[in-house]
This record gives sequence, structure tokens and C-alpha cells, in this order.
Amino acid sequence: MSSDIIIHEPFETAARQKVAVPFGVWSFLATECLFFGGIFLFYAYARWHGGEAFSAGAKETDIWFGSANTFILMTSSLTMAIAERATKEGLVRLARWMLWATIGFGLAFLVVKGFEYRKDISEHLIPGPHFKLEQGPAAQFWAFYWTVTVTHAIHLTIGLGVVGRLLWIDRRGDLAPHATTAEGTALYWHLVDIVWVILYPLLYLVGRP
Amino acid sequence: MSPNTQEGIVDRELRSPSYLQNGTTIRSWLLTTDHKRIGILYAMSITFFFFLGGIAATLIRLELISPTGLFLTNDEYNRAFTLHGIVMVWFFLVPSIPTTLGNFLLPMMIGAKDVAFPRLNLMSWYLFIAGGLLTVLALIAGGVDTGWTFYTPFSTLYSNSHVLLAAMGVFVVGFSSIATGVNFIATVHLLRAKGMTWMRLPLFGWAMYTTSLVMVLATPVLAMSLLLVVAERAFGLPIFDPRSGGDPLLFQHLFWFYSHPAVYIMVLPAFGVVSEIITCEARRRIFGYQFMVYAMVVIAVIGFMVWGHHMFVSGQSAFASLVFSFLSFVIAVPSAIKVFNWTGTLYRGQIRFSAPMLYALGFIGLFTIGGLTGLFLASIPIDVDLTDTYFVVAHFHYIMVGGSVSAFFGGLHFWWPKITGRMYSERLAQFAAISMFFGFNFTFFPQFIMGWMGMPRRYHLYAPEFQPWHVMSSMGAVVLAFGYAWPVFYLGWSLFKGQRAPDNPWDATGLEWQTRSPPPKENFDRTPVVTDGPYKYHPQDSTPHEVEQAQAPQVP
Repeated sequence: MSSDIIIHEPFETAARQKVAVPFGVWSFLATECLFFGGIFLFYAYARWHGGEAFSAGAKETDIWFGSANTFILMTSSLTMAIAERATKEGLVRLARWMLWATIGFGLAFLVVKGFEYRKDISEHLIPGPHFKLEQGPAAQFWAFYWTVTVTHAIHLTIGLGVVGRLLWIDRRGDLAPHATTAEGTALYWHLVDIVWVILYPLLYLVGRP
Repeated sequence: MSPNTQEGIVDRELRSPSYLQNGTTIRSWLLTTDHKRIGILYAMSITFFFFLGGIAATLIRLELISPTGLFLTNDEYNRAFTLHGIVMVWFFLVPSIPTTLGNFLLPMMIGAKDVAFPRLNLMSWYLFIAGGLLTVLALIAGGVDTGWTFYTPFSTLYSNSHVLLAAMGVFVVGFSSIATGVNFIATVHLLRAKGMTWMRLPLFGWAMYTTSLVMVLATPVLAMSLLLVVAERAFGLPIFDPRSGGDPLLFQHLFWFYSHPAVYIMVLPAFGVVSEIITCEARRRIFGYQFMVYAMVVIAVIGFMVWGHHMFVSGQSAFASLVFSFLSFVIAVPSAIKVFNWTGTLYRGQIRFSAPMLYALGFIGLFTIGGLTGLFLASIPIDVDLTDTYFVVAHFHYIMVGGSVSAFFGGLHFWWPKITGRMYSERLAQFAAISMFFGFNFTFFPQFIMGWMGMPRRYHLYAPEFQPWHVMSSMGAVVLAFGYAWPVFYLGWSLFKGQRAPDNPWDATGLEWQTRSPPPKENFDRTPVVTDGPYKYHPQDSTPHEVEQAQAPQVP
């Protein structure tokens, strides 16, 4: 447990070193909030000005894909939370399984998203010359859809990378002393989930009774 | 010799080598996690970009000598000033003081061995280099013509230049800023030495801390606005395109939400540097330490609420303009407090007119002029008249070049003996500082006058009555260029032939001076313990009451 922590360079005490990674990640999450805040501002503007036409664009999204992905990602949050707590308690085996499960759910999300993209593309939902709907607020909705979901998917992919890194640390047999790394990873993973929780109603529930 | 190292001096042979001798291969530099070495890597990189941006400035000033232009086409001129802006803002000014002096000094000033996340620190340098390469690539491919502001719809729908490459370069370099910011915030919170309370932090530490807050909270918004530009330009997604109901003003709001606070990213570190130099070279405690701290915090916070003053003529609501104008006046108050307090620090000091001090005093004057002309531009009726004239150009150069770059050079000289372990030639350095001050004023003061007369910015063909002012400005730029290039020679010379620097050549009180020059890799031979506030340049109660009361606890 905590006494296992190896103190490395700039730190003098284990107590300080333990808070460092979560502290740094929290600061970075502040950055992420403002990053996504920028595109949410675009959404608020476009929806406010677009009115009915904007919601009409939103009706074209596939709620089944969206809901399935919400379910998958929420479950991955649970497995990630268990993995983090298990690492802290030294239950390495449980942590390992839960990390693999998290990676599995993350990949499942991307696969579902891929099928959804295929459907969107076949229905000409990319703004441009062959766009299914009228140019205007509906096209703005879809500009938001593509930009934000791709940005989110990139975040998720980075998340898979950092969770994969924990598994790699585990392969070295080193997981238990890395509880703070697990905590930082979990914080980032949950941020990616929370962004999706906000995106789900914005993308899939708008314009639906 | 400082008191800390005097008792029980370790044998020279037994002491660990300095950070410069601790590994001399290229690999040991490129994979280093030592904050001091990363500071040096950054210093070399930003020096390259400073001269790249300087070349563009030279082209601009040459071209403007004649009202009909000398040798550039319209398009080439656009690309020259865009390159100048992008390189100078994101690849020199924003990283300048924090990543070089900040990286080197912040951990030492708070008595730490390194920053909180040494590997993240190295990663930030590689991100900087990656972003720099993308931008250089954009330049080699033919350049960008949007101006540094990337305003839509021109940047997304019409420009035929390499906007995508440049935008991605700035996007990437933004994350290097964020990494530095996160690192510094964690460092100040977690790694202060025993006894180094918040109110004993040197003002440079506070400056780095407040700058980092702004970096972490503002830069992501720039990243998103550039991402949206890329989405619209590369993939044709209608985001700001008015034909689909988009609003180019939205881009301006997002852009300035970063780019106004970015001004404070550039100038807050300068405040820190100047506070260190003035106290040491005037042998005075800082006048009103607590208010200096509050002023920086207030500037960092209100800096987020004034971006709309860049948009008075863009068509935002009159009410919004009113509020932004008011807040822009408000932020002048803490800035003025700082200027008065620096001046108050000089009172009854024993001033040494050394090179760093000349730079610092130059900073105060130029920053004051820049700040006061900022109030002209914060007044809506005057701004409507002066928008996009050389008055604006002169104003922000007074803040960013007269202010920040002077402070950067001052800091570079002040800490040069600590960083390199060598002394530079004081006379030659004083000459550089003075030429920079006069060169700067010769270059930019005429721009206030011609701007007031109506000379628009970003034009290279102009009415002949402006020519005398442009020629004056270009002549001044020659002096200024000398002021920048000259230190390269004598500082370069000092690296090889300069006298060995003692540990504390200026008799300064900061922790960074209480160790060797150049410092060992761990910064200190023994971990420092802090028992007192900063700037103890004279004993308490040795001064008249009106000076003393500045040190008394202040109840806000």
C-alpha cells in the first residue's frame, strides 16, 4: 500500500508525492473543461440562432447507437473505478481484470461509433455538396456532431493508451506502488466519460419528444 | 559568500559536478529531465525563433521606407507580417521568460530539486519543437497571409496560403504551454522548501504561478478555436460560415478569450523579473510586497474578462462594449499599483545602474507608456477612431517588446552568472541596454504619431505624408536590431572567456543565489530551510517611517 511508494527525484516525502499526480491531472482537467467549453459555446450559439432547423438536424442522429455507447461508456467508468480502488488496496489481480475490461469497453465504444459513422455517411449526413438536409442550422448541427465526436474519440483513444500503460506497468509486476498513476488515469478516463454524458443529450435527445 | 554555504564548506573535489558537467553528450541533453538543462534547451530554441521573427520584422521595416513599397508584393507583405506575428507571439514571447528563466529558476527559488513532473517538462520542450517545425514547414511551403489572428471567414474560406499547417503548429505549441503551466502550478503548490510560505515566495515565483494559471485556463480555448478553423477549412464543416448561419464574431470571441489573457502570459513573468532586479540593484525591500502579490492575482483574474475590447468595431452589442471598456479600465489599477510600488522601492535605495537595472528601469518607463496608451484604446470613442491604425501597433509593442523583451534581457543578464557560471562585460552590456531603450523608442514612438494621424496597420502602400514617420521608425529599428544582436557577441564571448562567476556576484538574497554558480544537478548541496521573507536587503527599522510602513502587515 502507501508505504510501498518509492520516492523519486523532486519529492522529499511520500505524502507529497502521492498527491502530485492527482493534483497535476486535476489541473489538466481544468484545461480540458475550457477546451470542450469552446465547442459547447459554438453549440449554444448555433442552437439558439438555429431554432427548429437546428433540432431538425439533430433528429437525424441514431439514438440506438448513441444509447448503446452511453451504456458501454458508463460501464467502463465502473470498471475503471474498481480498477483504481483495487490498485490502491493492492488487489492486483482484480485490478488487472478490471483494466482489461475497461480497455474492452473502450474499444467496443469505438467499434459502435464506427458503425454509426458508416450509417451517417451512407445517409449523406456530412455537410457539403451532397448533404441530405438543407444548408443552414442543420448543417451546423452536423458540423458540431462530426467535430465533437471525433475530438471525443481521440480523447478516448488517448485514454486507452494511458490505461494500456497501466497494464504494461503491471506486466513489469509494478502495479501496486503505482496507485497514484492509476488514480490519475482514472481521473482522465472519467473526464472522457463525463464529456460523453454531456454530449449524449446534446446530440441524441434534442428534438425528440 | 552567503551565510548558508559558509559554515562547513565541503571540499571542492567531493562536491557533485555542476549541472553543466553532469553528462556532456548530446544524448544527455536531449533526454535530460533536469529543469535547468530544459531551460537551456528552450533558450536556444526561442533564440532561433526570435531571430526568425526578427528577419520578418526587418523585411517589413525595409519595405515601409517608401510609400510605394520597395520590393515586396501585397501578398508577400501579408505573409511577412503574419510570420512576424505568429513566430514572435507563440514561439518567442509566450514561452520566453517562463520556459527559460522560469524553468531554470522557479525550483531553485522555492528550494526544490526540480519541477514536480520532470518528464512532462521535457515533453513540453518536444511539443514546442514539434509545433515549431510545423510552423517552419508552413513558412517553407510559402507562408500564411491571415495575420496572426487567423480571423474567419478569410482563414477558413478564402485564404490561399498554408493556414492549416500554421494553425496546427500553434495548436501543438499551445499544449507545450499547458504542460509547463500544469507543471509550475504543481511545483509551487507541492515543492516549496520548509518555511517557504506563500507570503515568503519571491515575486518571480508568484509571477510564474499566476502566469501558469492563465496558461492552463486560456490556452485550451485557443486550441479549440484553431481546431474549429481546421474543421471548417479542411473538411468544409460550416462552423463560422455565415451562409449556414454561422457567425465570424464567435471566432473572434473564442480567439480573444485566449489572446487577451495571452498578453498577461507575456507580461506577468516580466513583472516577476523586474521585481527581483530592482530590489537587488536598489538594495531595497520591495515596497508593499502583499499588494504586489494581490495585483498579479487580480491581473490574472480580470485579464479573463476584458477580451471584448478587441472587438469594439466588430459589431458586438454596445452594452457588451461598455462593460468590456469599464473592465479594461479596472485592470489598469493593479498595473499602476505595480508601477508605483517599483518606483517606491527605489526611494532611498542605493541604486546601481548595472545593465540588468537599466533594462528594468527601461521596462518601467516603456510599460507605463504602453499601459497608458492602452487606456486610450479602452475608451470606445477613441478606439473607434484608432482601430487598426499604427497607434494600436505601437501600443502593443510597448507592452510586449518594450515591456516583456526588456525584462527578458534584464533577467538574462541578471541571472547569467548563475546560469553559465561566467561574468559578462558590464560596460558592453550597459551599452546594449541603452541602445535597446533608445532604439525601441525611435522605432515605435513615431508609430503612435502616424497612427494618430490615421496610418492603417497591415498596409505597405501608404499616403506620402506618412513617409517621414516610417523612415524614422525604420532607422530606429536599425538601432533596436543592434541592441538585440550585440548581446549575442559579448554573452557568447563570456561563455568561453568570461571571468568565473562567484556564487552570488550581486549580493542578492534569493535562494537561487545561495548555491554554487553554476548549480549542481540537485540545485543545493543541502536542502535549504527558509526563515524569512524575500528581499532582506536592509535591516528592519533602519529606515524612516514612511519607508518602514510599506513593510508593515497590510490589512486590505
